[in-house]
This record gives sequence, C-alpha cells and structure tokens, in this order.
Amino acid sequence: MNPVARGSIQSGLEALPARLGHHLQGATNWLIHRSRPALLQLSASWRRSLQLRVATTTTIVTGLIVLLIGVFLVDQIGKGVLKAKRDASISQASLGLESATAQFEGLTPGDLSGIRQAVDQITSDPTPSTGPLSGSLFTKVVRSTDQAVNRQLGVSQLIPDELRRQVDRGTMAVQYAPVRVPGQSGEAPGLIVGQPLTTQAGAFELYYLFPLTAEQKTLGLVQRTVLIAGLALVLLVAAIAALVTRQVVRPVRVAAQTAGRLAGGALSERITVSGEDDIALLGESFNNMANSLQQQIRRLENLSRLQQRFTSDVSHELRTPLTTIRMAAELLYGSREDFTPALARSVELLTNELDRFESLLADLLEISRYDAGAAHLETEQVDIRGIAERAVAAAGSLAARHGVELRAELGDRPVLAEVDARRVERVLRNLLGNALDHAEGRPVTVRVAADEAAVAVTVRDEGVGLRPGEAALVFNRFWRGDPSRSRLTGGTGLGLAISLEDVRLHHGWLQAWGARGRGAVFRMTLPRVAGGPLDSSPLPLEPPEVLA
Amino acid sequence: MKPRVLVVDDDSSLAEMLGIVLRSEGFEPAFVPDGSRALSAFREVKPDIVLLDLMLPGMSGIDVCRAIRAESGTPIIMLTAKTDTVDIVLGLESGADDYVVKPFKPKELTARMRARLRRYDEAGGETLLIGPPDSAVSIDVQAHQVVRDGAQISLTPLEFDLLVALARKPRQVFTREVLLEQVWGYRHAADTRLVNVHVQRLRSKVERDPERPEVVLTVRGVGYKAGPP
Repeated sequence: MNPVARGSIQSGLEALPARLGHHLQGATNWLIHRSRPALLQLSASWRRSLQLRVATTTTIVTGLIVLLIGVFLVDQIGKGVLKAKRDASISQASLGLESATAQFEGLTPGDLSGIRQAVDQITSDPTPSTGPLSGSLFTKVVRSTDQAVNRQLGVSQLIPDELRRQVDRGTMAVQYAPVRVPGQSGEAPGLIVGQPLTTQAGAFELYYLFPLTAEQKTLGLVQRTVLIAGLALVLLVAAIAALVTRQVVRPVRVAAQTAGRLAGGALSERITVSGEDDIALLGESFNNMANSLQQQIRRLENLSRLQQRFTSDVSHELRTPLTTIRMAAELLYGSREDFTPALARSVELLTNELDRFESLLADLLEISRYDAGAAHLETEQVDIRGIAERAVAAAGSLAARHGVELRAELGDRPVLAEVDARRVERVLRNLLGNALDHAEGRPVTVRVAADEAAVAVTVRDEGVGLRPGEAALVFNRFWRGDPSRSRLTGGTGLGLAISLEDVRLHHGWLQAWGARGRGAVFRMTLPRVAGGPLDSSPLPLEPPEVLA
Repeated sequence: MKPRVLVVDDDSSLAEMLGIVLRSEGFEPAFVPDGSRALSAFREVKPDIVLLDLMLPGMSGIDVCRAIRAESGTPIIMLTAKTDTVDIVLGLESGADDYVVKPFKPKELTARMRARLRRYDEAGGETLLIGPPDSAVSIDVQAHQVVRDGAQISLTPLEFDLLVALARKPRQVFTREVLLEQVWGYRHAADTRLVNVHVQRLRSKVERDPERPEVVLTVRGVGYKAGPP
C-alpha cells in the first residue's frame, strides 16, 4: 500500500494507543502517588479473586485477538477499496487519452496559443459522461515535457517527480499523492494517473488527479465500525467470563465458608445442593464428608463422655470405702502404743501404704481424666512467685528429711501470668519431689524468670543426673531411671507424666536436661497470656556453668 | 455443750466410722442416709454443722444443700469423691461453705469442722463501715448484722466472716491464700476456687451491681480488698 494512503488511514489507529498510553501512564502515576492503599487493595483482590483474574485474562486475550482481526479487516478493506479505485482510475484515464490527443490535432510545436487552448479544453473538460468514474470529481493536468513550454502554460498543479520520470519514459504510471480537490481549498489524499500524450504539437503528459475523499470517508467509517464492534465484543466476552466464573466460584466460596464453619466446630453446617451438575456433585460430596466427620466426632465424644463417666464412677466407688479404711487405720494408728510391737508395726505399714495407695489412685484418676479429654484449664492472673513459694514451702519437710538444701531464686518483682494456679503448683511440687529424690544431698535450686511473652521456672538438682537419651523418657508413665534404685519418696511414677499434661494444657513447654553425675534441670515455660504464642524461654535449659 | 453434727451419707460403713471418729473428737453426731429425708432431719436435729455427701439416693446433695441454705446459714461441709472443678464449684455455689475430698484424714475433717464452728472473738461492740460513702455497708460485728441503705442483708456465718475479715483491715489486700487461712482455717492448701465462689456469693448479696463491685474489690493478680469506707 502506498505510504500516504496508509498514513491517512492508520493515523487514527496509531494515534489511539499513543494517546491511551499517555493517559494510562498519567493514571498509573496518580494511582502510585495518591492512592497506594487502593493499589494494594487491588493487588490483594487480584490475588484473592479467581473471578477477577479469569475475567481480566479473558478480556486481555480477547482484546488482543479482536485487535488483530480488526487491523487485518481494516487493512483488507482498505486495500480492496483502493484497488477498485485504482483500476477505475486507470481505465478512466485511458479513455480520456484519445480525446486529449484529438485536441492537439493540427497544432504545431510552436503554436503556444493553440496548445494553451487545447490544454484548457482538456483540463476544463467537465466531468465526463462516460467511463467507470463518470460523474465523480477529478481534475486533469496536462504538462509538456519541455519545461519552457510548461512555464509559459503556467502549470501549477504539483506532480511528484517520481511519477513524471516514469511517464517521461513513455509508460502509464500511477502514484498516490496529495491532490487539490476541485471546488475546495486545501489538499486531500489522492491518486494520480499519468500517461504520455504524444501529439503533433510535441510530447505532453496527461495526468488525472482523483481525490480519495470518498474512500477516506468509507475507510473511516469501517474503522469506527470495527472499533466499536471490537469493543462491544470484548465487553461481552468479559461479562460472559465474569458470569461463568461467578457461577463456578460462588459454590466454591460457599463450600469454603462452610468448611471454615465446620472447622470452627459448627458440625451441623451443610451446603444447600441444587441440580445435578458438577457443582452439585461437589456440594454433595462435601456434605457426605461433613456427615461422616460429624458421626466420627460424635462417636469419639460419646466415647470420651463414657470414659469420663467411668472415671468419675470408679473414683466415687473406690474413694468411699477407702475413706472408711483410712479413718479406721488412723484410729488404729492413734492407739498403736497399746498394741504388741508386731501389731503396732503392721498398723504403721498399713497407714503408710494407704498413703501410697491414695496418691497412686489420685494420679491414676488424674491421668485418665487427661486421657478422656476431661481436663479443663481455669486460668487467672497470678504471681508465679507465690506458687513457687508455696511449692517450696510444701517440699520443706521432704528436703529436711533428705538433708538437701532447697534454694529459691524468685527475684523481687512480681511475675504475673494467666495460668491455672492449682495445676502449676502441682507441676512444681512434682518437679521438686523428683529433684529432691535424686539430689543425693546436694542443693536443689528453683528459679523464676519472665519476659514479655513467657514465664519460666527451672528446678535444678546436682545429683545423679540423666544418661544420654533419658531426657526424652522421663515424662513416660511409670518410667524409672534406674530400676535398681530404691524409692525414697514413694512417688507414683506418674508425677512427671501428669506434669507434662498440665503444662501442655497451658500450651507451654516442659523440658528436661541432664548429664550423668552433673544433675538435671527441669524447665517449665508458660505463655503469660493464656493460649498465647511461645517462641523462647526466659531461662536456659542447660545450666550456664555446664555450658561454660 | 457438744456441737451437734448432722451426717448425710448413704454409705453405712462410712457413716458408722464417721460416728466413731466424731464422738472421739467431742462431737455429737446424728445420721440420715437418704437425701429426701435430710431436710426433715435437719429441722429436727438443729445441728451446728452439716456433713453432706454429694452423691445421695433420693435427692442429690446439691438439692439438699440448696434446701438447707434456703432456711438456714448453718455451716455445710461437702464430702465429695469428685475432684472435677465443675462438681466442686457446683457444690459451693449451691451453698456449701467448704468441701473435703474423699478419702480424707479424720484430722483434716475435724480441723475443717472446727474452723467452721469457731466464731470471731466478739470482743467489743464494734461497727465496721466499708463501701462507697453514699451507700456504705455497715457491719455490726457483735449483733451479726449487716445493713446497707437501711435494709438488712442476711449473710451466712461464712460470708459474714469473710466480709468482717476484709472490713477489719480496709486498706489491706488479702491474697486468696491468706483468706483461706483466716476464714477457712486452711494451711498450705490453696484451692482458690473456694474463695472465688464465696466472694461471688457475697457480692451477689451486698453489691448493688455484682458486675461492678464497690464493696469487695478484686486486685488483679493478687486477691481482694474491701472498698474504701
């Protein structure tokens, strides 16, 4: 296609992206500078909304395809229109050649007035009534190959040199160039057909100048139509994509929300299923899953309730006769001086073993309560130091019996935390009992410390310690470090296991460290706020002097 | 005069054993094995203190406790085999002053009973004032009377003791452990549930709005204190 024609047709199309780009850049700058939050929100919904993503990508892809098709269409139509015009112009020009030659009949090369008359006759010749372009406006120009003649004739219409050279070579030539439109000022894109005009008065060139105004109008209309149709198509596709995605996405969203509520404990949540399509299938499967989950959980809950009930019943049934036995034993124990030595010793043994039996029963019931999931945390804001003080005081007599020095480094600032004081005290009592049991006469130290998120209590002894790998075993039920060791305190073997459960209930940590002959450290770390996160402990597990 | 004890327990061996222990400790026990007959026995015996098993045939210990509490402030000590907080709090909320978990040592039980029977030294006819000045709670220690806004408030002896303990040292903060020792006679044992439940019961009687207490104030992380007089 000729550069001029293409330029005129495509200038609109080319200018559009440039203008749009300019606007877009301006808009983006504005967005970035003035409304970063809005941009963030947009990127957030881009990441979250499948619907937005699908609709946008579909729109972009469709837009590109429609743009390609549009450009191709406009190009083809333009080419077709121009070709038709060109063919018609050429045949129109060929038709005119003969009559133009006739105008020069009988003239000699020097007859300038005759030539001017002939030229005027040809160029002023009104719109021909014959030929393919009859009735349309065009102008004719006659030029001489001789520049002097041209000057005298006063030929004003500019003809491109390139075209003239071709015509001078004696062939018909066609070129697109701006032409003056008859009856109008200014120039318009046009088509110039040039042909040599050989007469008795010399060699002339006959140019037909056809303005392409009508064609330009037609192509403009085609462009606008294609543009509007394309835009409408893109919008339509975007709407369809959004609608279709919505149909798929909505049930998925409903399923996600329902799953969330299910996970939150609303076990009777279900999806309303309608129809028989894939989405309905999803809903049905989801509901089936929820049903079977609910059944399983109910069964487990039932089991747990039964277990809890059993524990409670066993507890009551065992405790009542035990109370009677306990009272009878105490009564006997009170008057053991009146008995024979054998009887008196028997009563002593009976009483002591009753104590052991009782604590074993209490521990067994406690641990089965944990196993049944019946243990609940009752937190309140308390000073951990107070609990530690009570536990240390309670362990005082045991420490004295073992000849162990009990040190408490509790600090002088209150250490407040939201904990179940009863359970924490039980943990500390267990840890202290355990430490005293293994201290071998060396001191036992209790430390309390806190940071923003956690409180920690360590109980350290410098006794037998633990063998490698035993730190993980000490919390096992009825685990005994050295089976040959005689039991001093008559611990039940469940103390540390219960302590671990107590700490777990607080979402805390209970850890042990030990080295053979260097003692052991038990560290309890609890979040200061019930259920709060725990990343580190305010106290080291391994004693600093061991690390150094 | 020997203090009279009403033992409500369906286990005949335990009841008999309790009888032996109580008599040897200087109490005068009476027995009723059935919850439904407990209230009539209570009216008949007029005990100084009640020992109440929570698992009873006929009528549950909780209901017996409520029924007795509805007509009298006589100290009630629960005998319970259940250590779950729910059970204990339920028992305390139904009006029991204290509880003993089975199996208990006889000494522990009698110490607890004596603490409940021991009254404050009512030396001098002092009148204590606590709470907001415009509507102070006035406690006549000798007459065992509590008056607020001209109306008499009926408190059980335990609630009265609790209030007097707080009111005698109005600026002091009492930890729950100290209260347990002063009011309930505990040593070392720290069942703060006992204090919490009774403070709530006390508040429901003396406060204008128990949700926003003015008389018995909570000191977070420490304990309780009396409102400024």
